[in-house]
Amino acid sequence: MTSLFLNSRWPGLALLTVVVMALPAILPNAFYVDVAIRIAILAINGIALNLLMGYTGQISLGHAGFFGLGAYGSAVLTSHFGVPALLALLASAAFTAVIAYGVGRVILRLRGHYLAMATLGLGIIVSIVLTNEAAWTGGPDGMAVDGFTLFGFTPSGERQWYWVFAVLLVGTVVLAQNLIDSPAGRALQALHGSETAAAVAGISVRQRKIAVFVLSATVSAVLGSLTAHYSGYVNPGLAGFLQSVELVIIVVLGGMASIYGSVFGAVIMGVLPQVLAGYEGWDSVAFGVIMAAAMIFLPRGVVPSLTAWLRSPNRRRGEGAAC
Amino acid sequence: MLTVANLSKAFGGVLAVQDVSFHIPAGCVYSVIGPNGAGKTTLFNLISGLYTPTSGSIRFEDREIAGMAPERLARRGMSRTFQNLQICRNLSAIENVMVGAHLTLNANMFAGMFRWPGLGRADRACRARAADLMERVGCGAFVRADAAAMPYGALKRLEIARALASDPKILFLDEPAAGLNHTETHEIETLVADLARSGLTVVVVEHDMKLVMNVSGRILVLNYGRKLAEGTPDEIRTNPDVIAAYLGGDDEEE
Amino acid sequence: MSSELLQFILSGVTLGATYTLAALGFSMIYNASGVINFAQGEFIMVGGMAASFLTAAGVPLPLACVLGVMVAGVIGWLIERFAIAPARDAEVASIIIITIGVSMIVRGFTEILLGKGAYALPHFSGEAPIALAGATILPQSLWVLAVCALIVAGLGLFFGRTRIGKGVLATSYNRLAAQLVGVDVRKVLTLSFVLSAAIGAVGGVLVTPIATVSFDTGVMLGLKGFVAATLGGLGSGPGAVFGGLFLGLIEALTAGYISSSYKDAVPFVLVFIVLVLRPQGLLGAKPTDRI
Repeated sequence: MTSLFLNSRWPGLALLTVVVMALPAILPNAFYVDVAIRIAILAINGIALNLLMGYTGQISLGHAGFFGLGAYGSAVLTSHFGVPALLALLASAAFTAVIAYGVGRVILRLRGHYLAMATLGLGIIVSIVLTNEAAWTGGPDGMAVDGFTLFGFTPSGERQWYWVFAVLLVGTVVLAQNLIDSPAGRALQALHGSETAAAVAGISVRQRKIAVFVLSATVSAVLGSLTAHYSGYVNPGLAGFLQSVELVIIVVLGGMASIYGSVFGAVIMGVLPQVLAGYEGWDSVAFGVIMAAAMIFLPRGVVPSLTAWLRSPNRRRGEGAAC
Repeated sequence: MLTVANLSKAFGGVLAVQDVSFHIPAGCVYSVIGPNGAGKTTLFNLISGLYTPTSGSIRFEDREIAGMAPERLARRGMSRTFQNLQICRNLSAIENVMVGAHLTLNANMFAGMFRWPGLGRADRACRARAADLMERVGCGAFVRADAAAMPYGALKRLEIARALASDPKILFLDEPAAGLNHTETHEIETLVADLARSGLTVVVVEHDMKLVMNVSGRILVLNYGRKLAEGTPDEIRTNPDVIAAYLGGDDEEE
Repeated sequence: MSSELLQFILSGVTLGATYTLAALGFSMIYNASGVINFAQGEFIMVGGMAASFLTAAGVPLPLACVLGVMVAGVIGWLIERFAIAPARDAEVASIIIITIGVSMIVRGFTEILLGKGAYALPHFSGEAPIALAGATILPQSLWVLAVCALIVAGLGLFFGRTRIGKGVLATSYNRLAAQLVGVDVRKVLTLSFVLSAAIGAVGGVLVTPIATVSFDTGVMLGLKGFVAATLGGLGSGPGAVFGGLFLGLIEALTAGYISSSYKDAVPFVLVFIVLVLRPQGLLGAKPTDRI
């Protein structure tokens, strides 16, 4: 019975929906709502990266670069050119997709550490450009961004924005889960498992990698645009190496190839800095210890290790510890 | 069905396959034998598009396919298994087989994300067929297993099921019996014969002589990358070159 | 050659020597364990910080430098023992996370113990620039170059001539085979971590008089070392030397002739181009998959 329960997609989705619906009533003030929103943003970004990394097996150490492109695309287009927010969002997403396609075509032939290096470089280049083109981007200090108006409605304040990101999060989870369970998702996982086997089965390995890279980058860009409007402010740090690393941590800590793993990873990465804020140096140490320890003791990530343990029939006899 | 002419492949200065020509008739079990390093797997990799030939031609159903990418060959009805298993250990056993049926399903990413009408039904039908295939090749016991948890012998069969899932016209099996025990080898032999009876062309690289002699319609013998002999099992058995070079001149194999 | 160009080349080579030391550390660990150690930059930082702190506390400079390198070596040993060894069979991404985690721990403790401020060391042999064909070079730069050359030569001897060095090489080619012929793979791993930590720290100690150091300097230096190692071809010793020097030169020339604000982007643009043209790095061997 447990196994049937764990294999179904509904319990997870129901739990997520309930939590998302209940949170605004529980959270005491705007600060906490903001933390919840930040977690949702990290979770959506994490899921986007997980499609690429966890499911398709292509590491990216520069994913925040795409988030930054979306955020700055919207910021620059709305502030300097007076483009309506929705149009700016679409244009930034399209621009990011084109960049991702061009870059993906050349770098997705690389493997392992070389791909890590190339994506890392991509992210750093984006953040350096954003820092240096100060006339457009405000340089290292960043720039202000107006609100987001769509069909006459302008979300304002944390509580309204909360619902925007809540709907996005649940939507992303559903769509990602659909994709993973579909033939297309299987093809992605197959080329992770064995590129040779995938190719022989008729899967166009290179096109599939590029497609998921573009999809993942575009989701991050759209999210970046909305985040820029929500924050009312962007700076180059958004696209920086540390942000990219944070996303990788979310994916790996929560669990590669686990959608809820990314949600869990986002919760940890969203809450931990708040808990550790003010302990300078110690926050970094604690983060590091948690990351290293999680990978050493739960190498598959927290959520997959946990479900494996729950599924294991021997656990009551204490033999079924995951991995 | 498949005609190979003057095929060569060089790795650096080494000629792994050298000027090899042969013809595989439709509906036949065609075996490729030869000592280790004779170029058998290289030949398979050339035909299935994993390597690009240095020179020569490969014609499949009267079309030149030399150098064509594996995914395009799959579309034309070619399928294969691997000597060193190529299993997706991140997927379940049955999903591995369903991967083989990739071309029969709508694998568009957006169709998947938005649950295109009919996609779910097609996928369920595919799953049922995959289960049947696993049953047919003799690993039905693992229908609910994770690929990573399966024993070697079952994985060899799983690869055959995956290769069959694409409904190929020609199937290449690279050492299907390697590492299997006597009973298992016999089961593979029966399976290969069955597949051929159902009209599939099966090409086998195999070291087990008994299996090869029992199932093959024709046999190609490679030695040091060159064609040593080609013919029916009886012709090969009595060919003095084969006996000298491959069987080592004594009667060990019988 | 114009004196301006010579000046850029001199500073480029000095910079390149530092990158070489970082890249050598990357390659050594990569060879022995297949791991890209994202904490490599922290060894450079620790070497510089520890030596500076000790000097400021009154320890004589040479002793402080040696102690700084030793501290880094001990940290390298600790990392291998407690973070890398237990995760032997983890995936590439997991090990990357572990080394990033470790780098955060090292950075955090440094911040706690020594604060956020920048540290400096006195120049080893004065600060009077030496004139050279119209350009000038700091005596400290000569120190950097000389010690870097010594280390490269020493490593060449170590890997080429000694039994344990050959064992390290054997392990990098084929772990199992090395184990079978009696190489103590565990010892090889420990050795490569300690050695690359020490080499990184030497780099840190040498450049601190020129560049100053603070708890977060290691991040960018580490990344550039990774770039240099990748440029030359991961795991290749000559590749690391070549990649480091090449990177330093290009960076200095860009800063001099094109734009100093984009000089930090140069390594990454460069590695991008190189990887696109030659996915295995400039001096790396072409990988072959056996199917």
